[in-house]
Amino acid sequence: MNEIIAIVQEYGQAYLWSDGYRLSGLAMTLWLLLLSIVIGFVMSVPLAVARVSSNRLISGPVWLYTYVFRGTPLYIQLLIIYSGIYSLEAVRAQPLLDAFFREGFNCTLLAFALNTCAYTTEVFAGMIRETPHGEIEAARAYGMSRFTLYRRIILPSALRRALPSYSNEVILMLHSTSIAFTATVPDLLKVARDVNSATYASFEAFGLAAVLYASVVFALVWLFRRCERRWLAFLQPRAH
Amino acid sequence: MLQGYGPLIASGTWMTLQLALLALAAALLLGLLGASARLSASRLLQTLAAGYTTLIRSVPDLVTMLLLFYSLQIALNHLTEWAGAGQIDIDPFVAGVVTLGIIYGAYFTETFRGAFQAVPRGQLEAAVAYGMTPWQVFRRVLFPQMMRFALPGIGNNWQVMIKATALVSIIGLSDVVKATQDAGKGSLQLFFFSLVAAAIYLAITTVSTLLLAWLGRHYAAGVRKAEL
Repeated sequence: MNEIIAIVQEYGQAYLWSDGYRLSGLAMTLWLLLLSIVIGFVMSVPLAVARVSSNRLISGPVWLYTYVFRGTPLYIQLLIIYSGIYSLEAVRAQPLLDAFFREGFNCTLLAFALNTCAYTTEVFAGMIRETPHGEIEAARAYGMSRFTLYRRIILPSALRRALPSYSNEVILMLHSTSIAFTATVPDLLKVARDVNSATYASFEAFGLAAVLYASVVFALVWLFRRCERRWLAFLQPRAH
Repeated sequence: MLQGYGPLIASGTWMTLQLALLALAAALLLGLLGASARLSASRLLQTLAAGYTTLIRSVPDLVTMLLLFYSLQIALNHLTEWAGAGQIDIDPFVAGVVTLGIIYGAYFTETFRGAFQAVPRGQLEAAVAYGMTPWQVFRRVLFPQMMRFALPGIGNNWQVMIKATALVSIIGLSDVVKATQDAGKGSLQLFFFSLVAAAIYLAITTVSTLLLAWLGRHYAAGVRKAEL
């Protein structure tokens, strides 16, 4: 117990938001999570529309992308992007690429966004496919163009129905952010590892990180439950 | 093409496969025990099992892995010190199997809980009425029918666990990740050898998908599907 108090007193700030001169710990983990989720979401909506296209030339490449990124571990994707790409002469010769791939944070964000985008694309594509055919036929009968059909009918309903699976993906992404330390990003687990090697109090050092991760998960679950209550109200069983 | 690193990568791949299969066996066993505990009549067992799955599933794999790896070593050190024996270092392979087993056992507990509940109670009561022992009820009636419901969940967990094995190289296992990274550093072709690691994992997940589809057909034998 004394060790926990000592660790909180000495490293509490590093665990939560700053190690003295930069963002660290929980704040860094949440910042990574937020950025990768937002980028992944923005890219996944058009990709999901492409994924359900009946034209093989459009849906094929998206299928390949999600197949490869969902079939390989995120850790290896990060290794390819962080140490793999930067080991190429051609990349280091280009000043712009060199500046981008030298930063562990950029590589981590790129790997996370590409990875979560692949999973999210499949979630959204599945929900678009399950749109009741009557809704689509009615929209066509109203003379809606394909764009209007997606904007007014399919996407609002599919994205809402995707909410439960999407919340799972966000929580899994939070868990995945813990590998950021392998690319030298000072996230929550990096702080815990540093504290572990400084104090040898392994159980306390990692246990504190575990408690923080678990609290974020519980907060996310609560948040998504509220969102579902609001946006999925139309799917609730109705009392007559 | 692999510049003499073929055998190293092959033994790394074999290590990863052994790790994944042993961890799967441990996780399936823990999952069955956990699900039985969650559905048992004892309040204490229910609470313990619920706490286990909730805690494990809310903490990232890697954090649990490092927590268990270091804490188990320290606990073992205390034990050997107390017994007056020399220090025993935990082997990363054993640590990987134990930690992955404990983590994914929690996911399998939830999978099996749902599947157990999907088997009609009447079938179990009929089996008891025939005079079957609890083990016979499990083996002849509950298990074969439960598997049909559990298989999609087992498949998902397995695919996630295969990908989680890549993390065990972080606690020092000479698996396929370590082998390809060593080969990449030795040959100065880190990019190429990282792609090799990705290709090996992609092959494993692809074969798993095909196997699971076959198993799914096997356990769905005799189930009539409505034509839509």
